[in-house]
Amino acid sequence: MEEKRGKVIGVNANLVKASFESAVEKNEIAYIAVDGGKLKGEVIRINNGTCDIQVYEMTVGIKVGDDVEFSSQLLSVDLGPGLLGQIFDGLQNPLPSLAKECGNFLKRGVYLNALPDSMWEFKRIAAVGDVLEAGDRLGSVKEGIFTHYIMVPFDLMGKWKVSSIRDDGEYRLSDAICSVENAVTGEKRNLTMVFSWPVKRAITNYERRLAPKDTLVTQIRIIDTFLPVAKGGTYCTPGPFGAGKTVLQHMTSKNADVDIVIIAACGERAGEVVEILKEFPELIDPRTGKSLMERTIIVCNTSSMPVAAREASVYTAVTMAEYYRQMGLHVLLLADSTSRWAQAMREMSGRLEEIPGDEAFPAYLESLIASFYERAGIVRLKDGSVGSVTIGGTVSPAGGNFDEPVTQATLKVVGAFHGLSRERSDARKYPAIHPLDSWSKYKGVIDELKVSEARRLLFQGNDVNQMMKVVGEEGVSIEDYCIYQKSELLDSVYLQQNSFDPMDGAVSAERQNHVFDILFSCLTADFSFADKKEVRSFFNELRQLFLDQNNREFKSEEFMRLEEEIRQLVKARLA
Amino acid sequence: MQKVYSKIDSIVGNVITLKASGVKSGELAVIEGKFGKGYASVIKLDGENVSLQVFQGTQGVSTDSQVRFTGFPMRVSYSSSLLGRVFNGSGEPRDNGPALADNLIELQGPAVNPVKRVLANKMIRTGIPMIDVFNTLVESQKIPIFSISGEPYNDLLARIAMQAEVDVIVLGGMGLKYDDYLFFRDALEKSGAISRTVMFVHTAADPTVECTMIPDLSLAVAENFALEGKRVLVLLTDMTNFADSLKEIAITMEQVPSNRGYPGDLYSSLASRYEKAVDFAEAGSVTILAVTTMPGDDVTHPIPDNTGYITEGQFYLKNGRIEPFGSLSRLKQNVNKDTRNDHRALMDCLIKLYSQYKDSLEKKSMGFSMSDWDQKLLKYGALFEKELMDLSVNIPLEAALDKGWRILSDCFEKNETGLKTDLINEYWR
Repeated sequence: MEEKRGKVIGVNANLVKASFESAVEKNEIAYIAVDGGKLKGEVIRINNGTCDIQVYEMTVGIKVGDDVEFSSQLLSVDLGPGLLGQIFDGLQNPLPSLAKECGNFLKRGVYLNALPDSMWEFKRIAAVGDVLEAGDRLGSVKEGIFTHYIMVPFDLMGKWKVSSIRDDGEYRLSDAICSVENAVTGEKRNLTMVFSWPVKRAITNYERRLAPKDTLVTQIRIIDTFLPVAKGGTYCTPGPFGAGKTVLQHMTSKNADVDIVIIAACGERAGEVVEILKEFPELIDPRTGKSLMERTIIVCNTSSMPVAAREASVYTAVTMAEYYRQMGLHVLLLADSTSRWAQAMREMSGRLEEIPGDEAFPAYLESLIASFYERAGIVRLKDGSVGSVTIGGTVSPAGGNFDEPVTQATLKVVGAFHGLSRERSDARKYPAIHPLDSWSKYKGVIDELKVSEARRLLFQGNDVNQMMKVVGEEGVSIEDYCIYQKSELLDSVYLQQNSFDPMDGAVSAERQNHVFDILFSCLTADFSFADKKEVRSFFNELRQLFLDQNNREFKSEEFMRLEEEIRQLVKARLA
Repeated sequence: MQKVYSKIDSIVGNVITLKASGVKSGELAVIEGKFGKGYASVIKLDGENVSLQVFQGTQGVSTDSQVRFTGFPMRVSYSSSLLGRVFNGSGEPRDNGPALADNLIELQGPAVNPVKRVLANKMIRTGIPMIDVFNTLVESQKIPIFSISGEPYNDLLARIAMQAEVDVIVLGGMGLKYDDYLFFRDALEKSGAISRTVMFVHTAADPTVECTMIPDLSLAVAENFALEGKRVLVLLTDMTNFADSLKEIAITMEQVPSNRGYPGDLYSSLASRYEKAVDFAEAGSVTILAVTTMPGDDVTHPIPDNTGYITEGQFYLKNGRIEPFGSLSRLKQNVNKDTRNDHRALMDCLIKLYSQYKDSLEKKSMGFSMSDWDQKLLKYGALFEKELMDLSVNIPLEAALDKGWRILSDCFEKNETGLKTDLINEYWR
């Protein structure tokens, strides 16, 4: 292929202006030669015969006249076996290999292969003479606990006939395992187990999209019972700083009932990534008995890493999620935080001197957010199996005010909203999801009628509480006070959950059903009390029993004993 | 071969533009102005037009001032002879000592590879219960003190600095009042900590651009000490002045502001500094304790707001006390599981009750009659504030926990606390 070259004619922070000699494609990758290395960038605008390149690295040291090389490739990621358990930066550089190569710091201009060229045990599926399309299966390898299908690259258009394919056996990732011939043009291609795909294009080689119906169990009570998430759905978690967004996402990533979790740490703290890195390899996934890391991919572009690559990181993550969906797996993508991604776009838009929209965010913010979340979905593949990508994004609104553009644009497109509240986190009520403001359009693990009844009680309790703030405790009736105490009970023993407790930290759907039933009978019971002091001490006692029960193993002797105690206590008080 | 340029085309704010060739982005230049030699760095290249930001300000720079490019970005000398010295925002001595020019290191070096970090897990004891018990400070943490002007934040900073067991202290002062600079120097001298301290000080009277250099200078030096295996504590006061300087510069350069005039990259600018806090797997650590004064006590102001999203918690200083609400140490769970088995539960319980006390207080101030429960809470709140919240209390963590249990048993029945029964059996007195 002919090489396309150009020269640097201007530098403004991470935006480099360049001249070019032959044709230049928008969004193609360009490399700028500096200090003996090459810096990667993307052509984001072509104007008056020059192009603007957004450089993914620090631009210090670039001077006018430096060489630019255009690659004709869009920003792409490598897809193949070996992605699981890896830690990548936003451009899919494997960070552990980078550390081996460059030591403590992320040296700029070093780009390594995302996937190690290791041996895989290949099992053939396709046969010579088969006519295949993009996404069809050639064979499979075993990647950890999963069957990883080797597929016809998604960018091969039209129908291709298999002219030869390797038999079962061990092959290198980069070995050609199959050759195909285009049925119409006769073009020949050799295929390996790995191919690349541009990150900003959704992978759509499935039969059709389905409606997200099944609950994705997160083992967090307030979510599964009151504000559920569906497999293939989307949800967002906006909240002020310190409200527990990240702890909530970590809990979800550990316990969620999915096959694969991809964590995109986008513009957030490096320390949080380190926590996952150190913790996950040690944690055992109860469903598989293997380390949690084996089902996890981490894409991290922390806040001190170059801003431009931050924008790419969420796309890198979602592309890998879609790839595994093509194998009939359920994937959960957690993006923390989408606001940083939006801010990266804002910085770039400012440098391009585009007309700013609300709070200086670019006018195309909404459509970009929408098209990102739309890459989630549950699909039926051509072989009839079902795979899904669920996207959960945190939002970090300025000042904790949900009226800002990123939160609002996100709320328009997601299926569930878990709004975190400063008020609740200040009072150490974790998870600090606001039970009244938040909503979900999906179906939960518990009977909807009961849930809506309980939810109504929360609203009533809140009304009584507001009233008491005005008229005092003595100004409300015993009945109302009882409603208030019931809603408080529901809040403190069910909505709140101690994520650091080994038992309370993760609660199965079965346990949720069981406990909710008992609790529900308390909430709907008619009690008789002489005065408010009696109400308070009764509910204190009840709360203590439920809290103690939360820390016991499900259906253990102690658990059942406490349950019996609760029944007796309630029975003695019935009107 | 160094070419000297002496035709400046424009001087706007702190930025000068001239025509030059072969200049690198980020390169440092020396300017000879009316008031002597000063530094400037290249911030923009457009064809042959080069824009430079002048550190000392453009006062006294004329269109025929001489500009010489050095071929290097801004650097700072690094060696152990830095200890005990004071420098300004251009890296030049502020005390009467000699200028240092050996072993130059670049500012704003690359980010640390996350896989080379280790999990922060060493507690830094401060003797302040509101920190040790409720929001434990951890080595390699980055944490600001949110405060309004007039609060004793510099005293608190100095106290933590001197009590903390670290090898090197780097103090970065931005927009400091001269008295504050003297206060820090005297306090460090008195405690003997000055011999392990490096100071980079920009006072309120110094040029704006130098203010923005202070964190980079301090952190570059700190990072290199850490790479040698030292445990370094960086004190930055006051980051609000730093952010305001960024705003001032961005606006003179006609950038589109995003929120209340601050540049759209405020988050990234703050983050790239704070993220220098690190615990290296094979070397020392950098802990950052900064002061952020909140304009108008407004935590939603862009500076504290962006800071809060970056740092690992914050200490909220108000009315001379560290407030339990709003204060947070995100790393506390890394260390408070190994201190004492009641630490976590007690901490949560004390705060929950204190929050209820606040509600009762509000009810009382509105003139409602107080129930028994309210009375208990009022008693509890007063004790809590006096025995644990007061900044003059200086006791080790274990004593503070014991005190917490005593306050609880003085005020409540066992089942009113919501604590687990096993813990109550072990510690209730």
